[in-house]
Amino acid sequence: MTTALKRYGLGVLAIAVTVVLFIVPLAFMALTAVKDRREAAKLDFAWPTTFNFIENFQDVLSARKFMLVTAFINSTILTVASVTILVILAAMVAWILQRRRSRWNGVANFLILSGLIIPPAVVPTIWVLQSMGLFKSLPGLILIEVAFGLSFCVMLFRAFIASIPKELDEAAVIDGCGPVRLFFRVIFPLLRSVIVTVIVVQSVHIFNDFQNPLYFLPGDANATVQLTLFNFQSQFATSYNLLFMNILLITIPPLIMYLFFNRQIVAGMTAGAVKG
Amino acid sequence: MTLKTAAPAPAAVARRAEHQARRRKGKSPYPYWFYLPAAVVYTALFLVPTFASFFFSFTRWTLTDFTFIGLDNFVQFFQEPALLKGLTNTFIYGAVTSTLKVVLGMLLAVLLTSRIIARGYLRSVIFFPVLLSSIGVGIVFTVLMDPSKGMINEALAAVGIEGPAWLVDPAWALLSVAMVDVWKGVGLATVIYIAGIVSIPQEYFEAAKMDGASSVKCFFNITLPLARPATATVIILSLIGGLRSFDLIWAMTKGGPGFTSDVIASVIFKQYQAGFYGLSTAGNVVLFLIVTAIILPLSMFLNRKEVEQ
Repeated sequence: MTTALKRYGLGVLAIAVTVVLFIVPLAFMALTAVKDRREAAKLDFAWPTTFNFIENFQDVLSARKFMLVTAFINSTILTVASVTILVILAAMVAWILQRRRSRWNGVANFLILSGLIIPPAVVPTIWVLQSMGLFKSLPGLILIEVAFGLSFCVMLFRAFIASIPKELDEAAVIDGCGPVRLFFRVIFPLLRSVIVTVIVVQSVHIFNDFQNPLYFLPGDANATVQLTLFNFQSQFATSYNLLFMNILLITIPPLIMYLFFNRQIVAGMTAGAVKG
Repeated sequence: MTLKTAAPAPAAVARRAEHQARRRKGKSPYPYWFYLPAAVVYTALFLVPTFASFFFSFTRWTLTDFTFIGLDNFVQFFQEPALLKGLTNTFIYGAVTSTLKVVLGMLLAVLLTSRIIARGYLRSVIFFPVLLSSIGVGIVFTVLMDPSKGMINEALAAVGIEGPAWLVDPAWALLSVAMVDVWKGVGLATVIYIAGIVSIPQEYFEAAKMDGASSVKCFFNITLPLARPATATVIILSLIGGLRSFDLIWAMTKGGPGFTSDVIASVIFKQYQAGFYGLSTAGNVVLFLIVTAIILPLSMFLNRKEVEQ
């Protein structure tokens, strides 16, 4: 009796609280995005009298010479390229680090830990990028995302590689496999599940990244979606419907990721919670 | 390569061993050059700037030219009220967000691992904001926290409470942003705690129930101590994030009103925009020292306790 009361009572209470705290802000965002300009300016939580989804969608896309479209293309290139490089480089490092005991292990572990903790130094990074001719360029930002994401990815890969039996490597070596073939043909395919985790976690992270594009990729020509949103904040100060439509649009990619890869995302983000 | 052996032909054996060793060394299935691509990127874009920041923080710097000015940048950082405010705000922000995330995350995780209805819905809805863009969340909440027209104050007015002016009130601005940060990040703390709690063997709870322990007692004597690795992870992660946090603050207040909600990360950006590269870099060094000085001892402490168990 009391357990049933607890089960339903607490549950209903929790649902009510989460609806107020989480669903209402999200619904507010979605509703404002489809209102017309005058209604949106009231900033209230009301059902729109007219649904202007298509108009707002077109207006947002065409604003500032289709800047948002360019931004989506830029963000896609950035995300895909940096995640691809990250996965390959981090898996290579993690594999050697896990398999080969040497005096480099201590150094590597220290560097990985530093990468997780140390906040990147901004202006010196710009200085380095400039001397390489990569400042304000998409390849530069891609390399930045790779450099800053490596530590986390190596950590995830390493924990997983520890569970792959070493005998597999030995068997492949006896069969005459060189290191490159051994890694890409034997080991890499076995990492599939952790690769999916790394891909979804990092792509959401990089897609949502604001600070690095702000510093290392300024300028309207190659803005990413987060920067566009930030730039529109002042421009659309009077048309909240368009601002919120923009937010809605950039929320869709992470939402899709979440719907399909819910478990991998949670697994990737909680890695280390049990082992410490 | 020396090989001490009593074999009849020591020279030959030694030669063969040497040969084998060389082959093993040269053709290890785990070659060091696999480190190389990652090491190059990491060194060029992370290590070099980090080391360079220590040097350039002592200079007046224009990216092409620098003059050495000793500790001036740091003196300025600790003397100018606007910059010092950023320093104290960083501590406040980090402490408030990580404390709230630990407490709320733990409570939500206990709730979501107990036998209540709609667990799947609750878990998804609490976790989803983690994946949203900080800028988007910041803008939505800036609108919701509007002092006169915003939904939050209207809802409070409906129940007879006069809400504060949130982001425009100097006393509330930083806390308001911190609360939005918790709203966005508590889902991560919750799922980490859920993973920690689920890994506790169920037998402990059963045994405690047999002995007549209440659920409060169970929580404090079983869940809390055994979920310690999860607590460590949540504290470390949210502190690292909180001390470095920039996106939400920049999207919601830009450090304002005045500089009352500035943190070091936003000061770094403002000084960079103003062209004070040396000062900005000094800010980076200060942030680096603060984060390391807090995180390293803390993680050592949290991990040591874990071993003692």
